[in-house]
Amino acid sequence: MRYCILLLILGGLLAGCSRSPDSGETRTLLNVSYDPTRELYADYNAWFRQYWANETGETLTIRQSHGGSGKQARAVIEGLKADVVTLALAYDIDAIADRTDLLPQDWQTRLPHASSPYTSTIVFLVRQGNPRGIHDWGDLVQPGVQVITPNPKTSGGARWNYLAAWAWAMEAHHGDEAQVRAYMRALFQHVPVLDTGARGATTTFVQRGIGDVLLTWENEAFLALNELGSDRFEIVVPPLSIRAEPPVAVVDANAQAAGNLKVARAYLEGLYSPEGQRLAARHYYRPVEPEYADPADLARFPDLRMVSIENFGGWRAAQARHFDDGGLFDQIYLNAQPEADR
Amino acid sequence: MPLMLQDPPLIRRALIAGALLVLGILLVVPLAAVFTEALRLGLGTALTALTEPDALHAILLTVLMAAICVPLNLVFGLAASWAVAKHDFWGKSLLVTLIDLPFSVSPVIAGLMLVMVFGLHSFLGGLLEGWGLQVIFALPGMVLATLFITFPFVARELIPAMQATGREEEQAAYLLGANGWQILWRVTLPNVRWALLYGVLLCNARAMGEFGAVSVVSGHIRGETNTIPLQVEILYNEYNFVAAFALAAVLTLLALLTLSAKSVIEWQVRRQRAHPEAERLTNRVPLHQLPR
Amino acid sequence: MSATASLPLATAPGRYRGGGLPGFGLSLGYTVTSLTLVVLIPLAVGLWQATDLGWGGFWHAVTQPRVLAALRLSFVTAAIAGAVNAAVGVLLAWVLTRYPFPGRRVVDALIDLPFALPTAVAGIALTSVYAPNGWIGQLCAPLGLRIAFTPLGIGLALIFVGLPFAVRTVQPVLENLDQELEEAAATLGASRLQTLWRVVLPAIWPAVLTGFALAFGRGVGEYGSVIFIAGNMPLKTEIAPLLIVTKLEQFDYAGATAIAVVMLVIAFLCLLAINLLQRWAGRRAGLA
Repeated sequence: MRYCILLLILGGLLAGCSRSPDSGETRTLLNVSYDPTRELYADYNAWFRQYWANETGETLTIRQSHGGSGKQARAVIEGLKADVVTLALAYDIDAIADRTDLLPQDWQTRLPHASSPYTSTIVFLVRQGNPRGIHDWGDLVQPGVQVITPNPKTSGGARWNYLAAWAWAMEAHHGDEAQVRAYMRALFQHVPVLDTGARGATTTFVQRGIGDVLLTWENEAFLALNELGSDRFEIVVPPLSIRAEPPVAVVDANAQAAGNLKVARAYLEGLYSPEGQRLAARHYYRPVEPEYADPADLARFPDLRMVSIENFGGWRAAQARHFDDGGLFDQIYLNAQPEADR
Repeated sequence: MPLMLQDPPLIRRALIAGALLVLGILLVVPLAAVFTEALRLGLGTALTALTEPDALHAILLTVLMAAICVPLNLVFGLAASWAVAKHDFWGKSLLVTLIDLPFSVSPVIAGLMLVMVFGLHSFLGGLLEGWGLQVIFALPGMVLATLFITFPFVARELIPAMQATGREEEQAAYLLGANGWQILWRVTLPNVRWALLYGVLLCNARAMGEFGAVSVVSGHIRGETNTIPLQVEILYNEYNFVAAFALAAVLTLLALLTLSAKSVIEWQVRRQRAHPEAERLTNRVPLHQLPR
Repeated sequence: MSATASLPLATAPGRYRGGGLPGFGLSLGYTVTSLTLVVLIPLAVGLWQATDLGWGGFWHAVTQPRVLAALRLSFVTAAIAGAVNAAVGVLLAWVLTRYPFPGRRVVDALIDLPFALPTAVAGIALTSVYAPNGWIGQLCAPLGLRIAFTPLGIGLALIFVGLPFAVRTVQPVLENLDQELEEAAATLGASRLQTLWRVVLPAIWPAVLTGFALAFGRGVGEYGSVIFIAGNMPLKTEIAPLLIVTKLEQFDYAGATAIAVVMLVIAFLCLLAINLLQRWAGRRAGLA
């Protein structure tokens, strides 16, 4: 019993301690985001803090939380007091709307471009000189090629990889789904390691030296080149890929409770502003309003044809058909295994 | 050591060499990898990475969590081992197994369960939320997760040691009129002090290094709820390998610090042993001197 | 009945309870109360979630080939790693308590480091050492031995995280072991091996079992260090805790807890069996 009381007292003390730094004049905004946006939001937050101080005279502290997109969505559902969420897939924000009353079901209509202020696509990162001669999705299943992608069941980025490959195969095989499945099966037979997240896969490819090609976000590929050595890798852009749209949303109930509704909205709208768009392009995200971006930044984005998630009937449909337990990915993957053993 | 208990030098050397080889492959090489990475760009870069405000906050938070969890688990460990090792009762094996349970619960599950108990949608979570007390994604939740994970450590070290020493000394002391606290303090604890120390050290190291469970309940807010292990993961995912491994090395050094504390105590005890009078006074009070 | 409890003095009227020592009610009550608060209530509430599935759904969720393969992998590798740890633990504890050699303190200090390293760091460090381009992996690759991204790598990670358990449970018992017994055995003409087998081993046996149990239990649930080195290929190197995370990623709390329940029950039964065995071994040693 004493233990219990002690625990409660300690808990109270700690709660007090952890809250006290915020009790001053400064307002604190919490942005819950996914892994690859750290560098972007580090820059954007600095700009927005300045902008907000100029507009209102308020000092703003912006806290960032990064992690896997699905995990972050779950944290918000379970009570993480995010004022805004900036995640990898609309499906993850849908999950918050479905399971809580924190934000309305029609959240995606509240901001332009389906609430995605920047987009990206899926490209290939290969070793210097492209020794395997990989140029298109079909080259990935050549004998001996090893492909690195994270697991679509645990990684949002990997779901974009999977859908991009599917979209290519649908076109290459003129919609013959049996052949598409055969291609997907072959593709995953060429995957030697399934990491749980996009950055884990990058590490496997770059640090461990495993695999011939890494399927990854365009912005991640650029970042990997910059951070880990542009003399060791090069980016190959396939002729067809998918437009990955990472959405943003205000978590109304949390922001309202903290009195942050106004600043939270301004924060997300700022992403569409000329400065927000310029920063997105600088961090290798394709801006939705390219006219605001630095032309030199824009020149880094090659032209390619892109399908969108709408071709799959939206995220809810894609998730149910492909990625839920017993869905197409499971069928393809679990059937692929015995063949790989043969 | 009496001569007849000494093993032949050849066997001794072979065993020592075997032990060192195993340790080398299993522990030293991976640790060397950590330190090599941390110092790849020189000590200066590593130190700069450590003085980042976020890193400093993570270090403080980690030490604070250990400072809360270790004493709580120490008290629990003493109570549990006293009950289990010095008494016979029905269901003892069951109780010991229940104490072991946190070891076999995946840390991920441990964190998840705390979320279910204290999360926004649980009864208790809603109640506490009403009082303005946030448990999950704040310090209390992280402390609870660490407490859960490190719960059995002290108890598990003490129980075998107390069992090994038997009960005769305690029973004799009791018959001579010592009360429970006196027996615990003067008879039992001196006998099991090494096990107690190991238990505390293990508990401390694990409390500071815990990743899985804390990761679930922390919310990963930079400069607020990131402990050292979580900050390491974040830095690693930013391709900031030097900073990540530098912070990991700090954790290793913190553990070494507690271990050197152990060595100091050990040395002092040994010095006392050199003077039998001193040992008798401080270490084990002869039974006839116990207060009645 | 242990030998000590049959001491006639301990059964003196009015002073006998449990084992003849005071503080039984307080210590047991405190133990059970805090165990309930910190461990059992969270577990019970969490496991309640699994009942959402109903019996049929539960059975379906845990008998998927992928789930069964993962459970088998987790438990078998943890058991092997636990056994290796028990053996290595005895060796290390023996060397550390009996043989003074230069640098013994340093070695002693090193043992605890797997605890101090965050599991994620341990996983990254092990992977970088044992990957085909790592320090040790490089040496093994020409021999056709792949360590990282195979079950061997998983086992290695589990040995790494479990080693301190095995050493630290045996070490204090060896330190406390009365060497007079060994001397007596030696005086009576027993060979060194006989002494070890008949005197030392029975005394440390309960501790060795505890060490195995703890390393095994830890290994079954280990996540952080394993996911980096495992390769995570379904049916081959996918561990059960990863499946739980996979389920959670789909917001399938009930499915996740279903796997957790199975893991928990099996682990609990294994630990219970070991604890019973240990009591039995301890009793035999007490009688001997």
